[in-house]
Parts: sequence; C-alpha cells; structure tokens
Amino acid sequence: MATKALGPMRRKFAPWDDPAARPFIEFRNVTKRFGDFTAIDNLSLIIYEREFFALLGPSGCGKTTLMRMVAGFEEPSAGQVLLDGQDLAGIPPYRRPSNMMFQSYALFPHMSVEANIAFGLRQARMPKGEIDARVEEMLNLVKLKPFARRRPDQLSGGQRQRVALARSLAKKPKVLLLDEPLGALDKKLREETQFELTDLQQTLGLTFIIVTHDQEEAMTMADRIAVMDHGRIEQIATPAEIYEQPASRYVADFIGDINILEGRVAAADSASIRMECGGAGTTVLAAPANSVAAGQTAWFAIRPEKVSIALAPPTEAAVNCVGGEVWDIGYLGDVSIYHVRLATGATIKSTVSNHTRMIERPITWDDKVWLSWTPDAGVVLTR
Amino acid sequence: MSGGPDNGAAAPGGRAGRRGARWLVLAIPYLWLLVFFLVPFFIVLKISLSMTALAMPPYVPVFDLAKGIDNVVAGIRQFTTDNYVWLIEDALYVRAYLSSLWIAAVSTFLLLVVGYPIAYGMARAPRRWQAMLVMMVILPFWTSFLIRVYAWIGILKKEGLLNQMLLALGVIDDPLTILNTNTAVYIGIVYSYLPFMVLPLYAALERMDDTLLEAAADLGCPPVQAFWKITFPLSMPGVIAGCFLVFIPVTGEFVIPDLLGGSETLMIGKTLWAEFFANRDWPVSSAVAVVLLVILVVPIVLFQNQEAKRAEREGR
Ligand SMILES: Nc1ncnc2c1ncn2[C@@H]1O[C@H](COP(=O)(O)OP(=O)(O)O)[C@@H](O)[C@H]1O
Ligand SMILES: [Mg+2]
Repeated sequence: MATKALGPMRRKFAPWDDPAARPFIEFRNVTKRFGDFTAIDNLSLIIYEREFFALLGPSGCGKTTLMRMVAGFEEPSAGQVLLDGQDLAGIPPYRRPSNMMFQSYALFPHMSVEANIAFGLRQARMPKGEIDARVEEMLNLVKLKPFARRRPDQLSGGQRQRVALARSLAKKPKVLLLDEPLGALDKKLREETQFELTDLQQTLGLTFIIVTHDQEEAMTMADRIAVMDHGRIEQIATPAEIYEQPASRYVADFIGDINILEGRVAAADSASIRMECGGAGTTVLAAPANSVAAGQTAWFAIRPEKVSIALAPPTEAAVNCVGGEVWDIGYLGDVSIYHVRLATGATIKSTVSNHTRMIERPITWDDKVWLSWTPDAGVVLTR
Repeated sequence: MSGGPDNGAAAPGGRAGRRGARWLVLAIPYLWLLVFFLVPFFIVLKISLSMTALAMPPYVPVFDLAKGIDNVVAGIRQFTTDNYVWLIEDALYVRAYLSSLWIAAVSTFLLLVVGYPIAYGMARAPRRWQAMLVMMVILPFWTSFLIRVYAWIGILKKEGLLNQMLLALGVIDDPLTILNTNTAVYIGIVYSYLPFMVLPLYAALERMDDTLLEAAADLGCPPVQAFWKITFPLSMPGVIAGCFLVFIPVTGEFVIPDLLGGSETLMIGKTLWAEFFANRDWPVSSAVAVVLLVILVVPIVLFQNQEAKRAEREGR
C-alpha cells in the first residue's frame, strides 16, 4: 500500500456520498443466467465518472461476467446496464465507448506491438499523423519504445501485459475495463504497474473498473471496492470502510486477517452492545451497531492488530480482556503474529509490530498472556 | 550427444556404438527415399534419355549389367536429349503444361472459395460436433475414388440427375452440356480434393483464440472487418498448406480430366497417358514426366520451406 503514497496527492473524491452526483455506469437489477446457472443475481450497482472501481471476489463469483456486460460481450438476462444514462441493451461491443484489457491480453499475434496499439485508432479512422503520435505516447507510457516493431511472441509476459494495457488505453476510452490486468506479473513489476495505473487514471481523468482476486491490489488502487460472492454484491465501500467496517463475516474474512467470535447479544442500546461469547469464555463490550437486538446471535470481529497482548492483566476493567497461552508465533519481519489459545480452546490472533529490533522477545511460546481491546476496536456483525 | 566432459576416451566403444545407432535411425528415411523415389526416378530419367525402338522394352539402349560395365558405358554414350527438344518444339506439350497449371490454379482458387466457409463453419460449430464434422469430411475417402468420379458422370451427363432435376424444376428447357467439358473437370476436382483443402484450413481456424475477435470488436471493429483483419490473416498457414496440397497433385491429375473432361480439356496427365499407352512412346512420355516433376519442384520446395518455418515458429 506504500505505492499510493508515491503517487500524486489523492484528490478528495467521494461522489457516492453526494446525492446529486450523476451515475456513470449503472446496473439496475441485473441478472445473468447461463443455462440454469445464475452467474449474476439481481445485482444493482452505481459507478461514478472518474472513479477507480474494483471488483473483488473469489474465482467464479461473476466478476468477469459483470465486466463483459459493460463491454457488450454478454447481454443481461434481466435488468439494465446503463452508461451515462443510456441503456446499453442491443448496442454491439464495437459501438460501445468502453475498452477492455483482457485477462489473457488477447494481443493480435500477427501484428507488431505498434500495430496492436494502433488497431483501435485506425478503426476509429483517426488521421495517420495523430495515430503515430498517440502510438508513440502510449509506447513511452508503458516503456516499450524499443519493442515497437516486435511481435507479441517475441515479448516477455510482463511486456505483453503492457502492450495490452497500451492498446486498451490508446483510444482514451470513457471506461476502461481491466480484467485481472496484473495477474501474471511478479511482485515488483506488479507494484510498479499498480502505481502507473492509478497515476494514469488520474491524469487522464478516466473511469476504471478493475477485476482482481487480489485484495491488496484492490485496496491499493481503488476508490471503492465491491466485494462479490456468488453473483451478488456483499458490500460496496471505500477500502478503509471495507477493512474497518465490514458488512458481514464473508467480507471481514475475505479482506485481511480477522478474529471472529460467535456469541449472543445480551444487551444493545445506543451507547454499546454487550455480547456473551461462549466460545471464547468471555463477555465483549462493543460499539453500537444498527439492527442488533438483544437475544440474537451475532459475531464480534476484530483485526489482530487491534488486539493488545501483555504478560500481566490490564489494571482497569474486566471487560474485553481474556487470558490464554501463546500457542504459536509467526514472525513476518515487520510484524509478529501471536496465536493465543484461550481456556475454552478457541484461538485469537494478535499482531504486534516489531518496531524495535528485539533479538530476545519478552513474550514467547507457552507464556501465559492477557489479550485486551477497546470497545470500538471491533465490529458486531449479524450475518 | 549431451555435452559435458569428454568421456569418449573412457568408453570409446560405447560412443561409437551410439553414433552408429543414430546413423541407422537417420538412414532409414533416406533408404526409403532411395528405394521408392530416387531409383524409380532415375529409371524414368534414363528412359527419357533413350530412343524409341520397335522392341521389348520399346527403347534403346537397354542396360544389361550381366554384360559388364562396358555395356553400360556404351549405353550412356548413346543417351540423347532429343525427347526434351521434341517437347519444346511441339507446341502441344507446352500448351498441355500451361493448361494443366492453369486448371490447377483455377481449381485451387475454387477449392479455397468452397473450402474456407466449410472449414470456418466447422471451427465455429459447437465443440461436441466438431469430431463428427471432421469425420464427415473424411468419410468419402472410404469409398473408391474411381467410383465417386464415375458417379459424377451419372449426375452430369445429358440425361443425368442434375439435368433431370433442373428440367423438372423448370429452371431450364433444354438439358445442359456439362459432362466432357472443363466445367465437369472443375466440379470433379473440387469435389475430390475438398478434404485436402478443408482439413488444413480447419486446423488453422480451430486453433484460433476467440477472444481475439472480442478484442477486435472491443476496439471498434465490426465482425466482417474483423474477419479480414484477424481471422483470415491468422488462418494463412492453413490457406497456404491447403493450396499447395491441392495444387501439386491437381497439376498431374489424370483420372478426372480423362473421365469427366472432353476433347477441349488439355492436361499433361492425359498427354502422358496417350504418349505411353496409345503411342507406346516410352522415352517421350518419360520426358513428359520428368519435366512435370521439375515444374512441380518449385511449389514443392516453397511448400516445404513454409511448413518448416511454421514448425519452427510453433516449436518455440
Ligand atoms: N459463457 C458461459 N457459459 C456458461 N457459464 C459461464 C459462462 N461464462 C461464465 N460462466 C460461469 O459463470 C460464473 C462466473 O464466471 P466469471 O464471471 O468468469 O467469474 P470470475 O471472473 O469472477 O472468476 C462461473 O461459474 C462460470 O463458470
Ligand atoms: Mg475472471
């Protein structure tokens, strides 16, 4: 996530909070069936102009299908897809103002890098001089100038990916659809390209929809993320909201690491929620949440980095505090993850950042430790 | 032979043995070529340099190895290029060659025009049908080629199936004369050689990645243009293979022009047959065959180069 800091300052951009903002791409109750299999299930979604929107979800959840409906390769079985207020139904792909970067790159093997990039521009009958200038610009952008005359089979995977990107960007489309664009790249090239993409999207002022199954990629690049499961959207929110305020256990679990404690709501009011978590053998006091009622089953979800670990019990309250034994330690360099086994047998993870270079750690295997957290550190989920 | 330190000194016999085995493997195809191609070719070449004679066999000199090497040397002294000179001087032969090449070229074009849509349709058909469609293209091969050409006589003749049908439908008032014309030859050739055109085209088209067409459409290219800009160029290896595979044998075709063609149909295969069986002029007919081979060496070599280049590209 450090790459974002390298980029130009992120603008304050939140049209989704503005009731007057015009939807740019809109899915209205869209369903897509393949035979009797429902790939997209009554899905509604609004994407705004100049937004960098990420579709996140496990393989087969319908991300590509959703994107192909924008590009025009699939028509919805029910519902509407609108672009800039216009229903796209019946408009063939070659008349839609979107361009797509394919998961497989789909480069034309009989054309040079140059010709691949120029393909869409020639198709649009752009004057020759302008085409040359644009191709040059794109080649510089993706740093492939020396490879202009090569054919795709003479390039490496990373270079091909850049050609695909340049080709889809060349027409400066109103909407750019990126289907797992960086899937095949190694970590370093991937981070570099992520940065380039966000940079480009902002300088050109385009609307990007990116499909990925890599949560970190989505968090890094997107203004908003839609987490999908089985053709439905589980949650649409900014990366921070998705991380801090997941709407369900599915989302909480999908993005990052999290502890989930099942329990019964003992009391819920506008000030707090009290939960009896039998599995952890403790009572949890949490910040209030909507539609949580006393007596119902709920789940308390808390990120490992928000759980403090100590060798002595905290002096104050007895709430949000539970004792256990260090079962395992995962050393990741920047952080260490402590797996603490509670008296009930449940495990809670706590991450501690290694800000000093401790060779000898005060907490180690089999230590008796105390875990604690503040009431607003976790969220109460009802599904 | 893997590289690495030289172990030849340690096991010279082993290495020599392996080399011997390798030569043997390499030698088999050459031996095959020698026995089944080069030897017959040299016999034909030798006859083409001989003179006609009222004898059995109908030419001189005849080598008799039993009479020793002198007999062979004396024979070689008698070799003549008269037959080749004859081929050039008599316009009939030149016209027959040119006409054969022309008929082969037109047939190749017709086969491409007929075969491409068939191959395209096969490649676009649902996966589970494709094996069956390929079968259907190959199926006619399971019956005799000669019988199938005879069947065309029954269809094309004056009182044949085609004329009867057209008359019954009222499309024509008088039966068409198709049999014993070049039209019938083209029909026969296109029918008989279709699989040789369709199969390489199908192989090339079937391999094509459909997302390329989606990518073209996405960049603003309507389907018909996408066909000419993407599909057709990518099927070029199949087009080239199919064209060579039909052009080369059609040039020397004999059965089809003989059975379906008429007096106007001039093809070198027919000329060769007439020279050999009607005139019993073995030397001239051999010269005709040798020249035909020389003419076809050009497309054959081109074809081989193309195939080798393709194999190299795909092997990478
Ligand atoms: N053309 C199709 N025919 C039948 N099923 C399809 C087709 N395209 C996609 N699917 C199915 O729809 C589901 C969603 O696919 P997809 O959108 O490609 O998922 P994702 O991109 O999220 O991995 C998958 O289960 C897939 O098998
Ligand atoms: Mg996909």
